[in-house]
Amino acid sequence: MTDGELYCYANMRTGSDSPNSAIKAMNWALEGTGLTLDKIQYTVGTGYGRVNVPFSQRAITEIACHGRGAHFMYGPTVRTVLDMGGQDCKAIHIDEKGKVTNFLMNDKCAAGTGRGMEVFADLLGVSINEVGELSLKVEEEPPPVSSTCVVFAKSEASGLLREGWPKEKVIAAYTSAMAHRVVTLLERIGLEPDFAITGGIAKNIGVVSRLEKELGIKALKPIYDTQIAGAVGAALFAKALAEKAK
Amino acid sequence: MIANYGYKDGSGEFFISLDTDKCNGCGDCVSACPAGAFEVRDEDPNDPFRETPVAVIKDSERKKIKYACGPCKPVVDRPPLPCVTACKPGVIAHSW
Repeated sequence: MTDGELYCYANMRTGSDSPNSAIKAMNWALEGTGLTLDKIQYTVGTGYGRVNVPFSQRAITEIACHGRGAHFMYGPTVRTVLDMGGQDCKAIHIDEKGKVTNFLMNDKCAAGTGRGMEVFADLLGVSINEVGELSLKVEEEPPPVSSTCVVFAKSEASGLLREGWPKEKVIAAYTSAMAHRVVTLLERIGLEPDFAITGGIAKNIGVVSRLEKELGIKALKPIYDTQIAGAVGAALFAKALAEKAK
Repeated sequence: MIANYGYKDGSGEFFISLDTDKCNGCGDCVSACPAGAFEVRDEDPNDPFRETPVAVIKDSERKKIKYACGPCKPVVDRPPLPCVTACKPGVIAHSW
């Protein structure tokens, strides 16, 4: 971030070595900008590997960072943020300054996460970028898969494929089950407009449109890459903390 | 901020909600909880600008909170929960 605008970013898989991946991602983001790591005054680590960022001065949870990031990416009218990431699902309520006022995270169960969607994309042999579109290519919405657990939902889906269901119908059944599951999480923290979705699943039109339908509310259209909301929030915190330290 | 710690799975929703605006970091919940689920941290991990200590549910307990709290929650004649009773500012609420 520079002067309140997105400057550069990079997004990659973490793999088994978080400290090294953090350095790689940072170098990748800085590539071609002329900036180097040693010129950066203050770095905030966030997410599951937040304590494993070797060059960071502070670790802040992804909950605080997604709230702050969504506030920047979608504007100050956002009150409810749904982060559907690879490993968990978070519902966050923020105030007009982007400060978290209520949050809930589910990281025990994979239903409602990007990982669940990856399992299904893999089962059907479809790219993760295409599952959203594919799930909308059904004339009539099939009944959602009944299993809550991703592992059992996959078994259920294998059964449906054996019965002769086409791919798009199977993925539609899973997508609607996923949307329904997330709605109950949102209900716990209260759904106040405006509503925005961050994380990788925000790019899945199948999940987003079903969520909008079930909630009866439109999600704000993203202008930034939704997967970087946490990093944007961390950068904004780093700026604030660096100024405070002066 | 209302911080909901816990999880939802196929068997239900299990969240302990802590109203951190009311929390004074006294630590009464830490000594009251027989399962040792609470701890007081000097920095709020979810609010970098908070300057006073705050109670949280330990990372190690969050994914098994249903079982950690089990002994305090008999199916019939449930007595008042020790954590809720001990907390003078009324920070703690359970979803189940």
